[in-house]
Amino acid sequence: MDPLLRPGHNAPHLPAAMGPGYADVFDRLSRQGGRVETTGTNALPTFDAHAGAKQASFQPYQNNGGSVVAVAGKDFCVVASDTRFGLGFAVPTRMISRNLVLNDKVVLATAGMQADTCTLHKVLRIRLDMYRQNHGKDMSLGAVSQLLSNTLYYKRFFPYYTFNVLGGVDENGEGFCYGYDAIGSHEKVKVVCTGSSQSLIQPVLDNQVDGKQMYDGQPVAELSLEQTVELVKDCFSSAGERDIYTVGLDGRGQPPLYVKILKLAFVLTSHPLRSKYTRSHFIQGQSPAVRDSQTTTDTYFT
Amino acid sequence: MFRNQYDTDITTYSPQGRVHQIEYAMEAVKQGSAVVGLRSATHVVLATLKRSSSELASNQRKLFEIDSHVGIAIAGLTADARVLTRFMRAECHNHQYVYETPMPLSRLVLAVADKSQVATQRASKRPFGVGLLVAGYDTTGAHLYQTCPSGNYFEYEAFAIGARSQSAKTYLEKHFESFAALSLEELCRHAILALQETVASSKDTELTTRNTALAFVGRDTPWTMVEDDSVEEYLLVLDAEDELEEGDADAARQQTQQPPAAMDES
Repeated sequence: MDPLLRPGHNAPHLPAAMGPGYADVFDRLSRQGGRVETTGTNALPTFDAHAGAKQASFQPYQNNGGSVVAVAGKDFCVVASDTRFGLGFAVPTRMISRNLVLNDKVVLATAGMQADTCTLHKVLRIRLDMYRQNHGKDMSLGAVSQLLSNTLYYKRFFPYYTFNVLGGVDENGEGFCYGYDAIGSHEKVKVVCTGSSQSLIQPVLDNQVDGKQMYDGQPVAELSLEQTVELVKDCFSSAGERDIYTVGLDGRGQPPLYVKILKLAFVLTSHPLRSKYTRSHFIQGQSPAVRDSQTTTDTYFT
Repeated sequence: MFRNQYDTDITTYSPQGRVHQIEYAMEAVKQGSAVVGLRSATHVVLATLKRSSSELASNQRKLFEIDSHVGIAIAGLTADARVLTRFMRAECHNHQYVYETPMPLSRLVLAVADKSQVATQRASKRPFGVGLLVAGYDTTGAHLYQTCPSGNYFEYEAFAIGARSQSAKTYLEKHFESFAALSLEELCRHAILALQETVASSKDTELTTRNTALAFVGRDTPWTMVEDDSVEEYLLVLDAEDELEEGDADAARQQTQQPPAAMDES
């Protein structure tokens, strides 16, 4: 057996890497170096002298890793994702965007298979554009949450291999987020994370934001925006130290995090958002002078 | 246009080689209220006159967003325009989904034209009774197109359709050569002045915030509509023009040393 581990090939003699384990099929993805094996044969059609000729099989899924977090505050929500595109033990891309800025109030972040992430994001973006044209207003957080759930369940028997978090501010201006599984089960919460570091980050957030498992009887103070951002950055840098599929620090040892403020929803990502994907909105009855003075986005590097 | 025995059917030619039903459909466009469009190298502006059926009714909207880089102004049967709007939006979404790039205007207008043509060659259909001015900005620059019920489409530097649009076209013909280098503000000024030509002859209509709407799109400028109170600042150019005309009239009078015009002369 070749001791040199090549990306995409399985290595049964090495300990299995931790990975998201929702369904049994998905669980095997991490152990098979990124490619799922539904028929029990090798990922690639190779000839192995020890085991005889192998058969090719249909391999629709890959686990590209990544973690996404959303933490909601009183009137804001911080949505963050890491930027590593993994495939087994390899890193095909260091900078991938897992976020989709849907509108001023809603941001989606998705971990899992990048191809399904891209397609899901495309579908949702078009659906939101259609809603805006038909209804004359942006989709609210609650409406988007249901749309995403329905879109995922629509593919119940050939799912999008995606683990989503949706964050933003609702119609009352209060911050909320939603966590999803691959087929659309969702829950409205104040703090959620999913992806490969879920089991590492979620307990920290439960403790620091929700005050769970605190035995000193002190109530947890509500976090400000700056404190939330720092907490999320710390979560990622810690998770990145223990989870090979998540990166918390860039090559210089600094968190290369890029914050984009959208009115009351904040997006934190290690990758500059591609502005062409952010559609401008139908602005009813406003002259250019008025529109330009209402800057809805500020950006700064942290 | 006189009634004759060859005009009942869309599938019947006249001996002169005309299909009268198509021409009648184009008449429907001329019944709609005026719509004016003009472009520079970087921006396109559409100005519309919104009609209302009564004081109680709202004024019918004539500007529609198709995508953030395209919009249309309609003249004619509003219901047909709704159908075409839905079709154009779907085409743009599809193109964006498949190619991850905004739909080029020429292809969008071609799709509308082909759809319109189908309706002129089926016994079971009638032509769309609406003309569009399609304004947009794509990788090849700013464009203004006109579509017809006949299935024809044309690109223009500036154009007007609808009732009394000839007056607007006359104004545009005088000034269009200067449009290419103008700023957005100046383009809007010309659009309002051109639109005003269509109501100048009629004594009881003037451009107000209620019956005027404006829209523009261009480089770094997504489709933006200006309606209701926001139109006010654009209509100020009309007051400025009036003052200018009065000023010129005064100067002319002084030059020729004629006595000022009497109050009952206009």
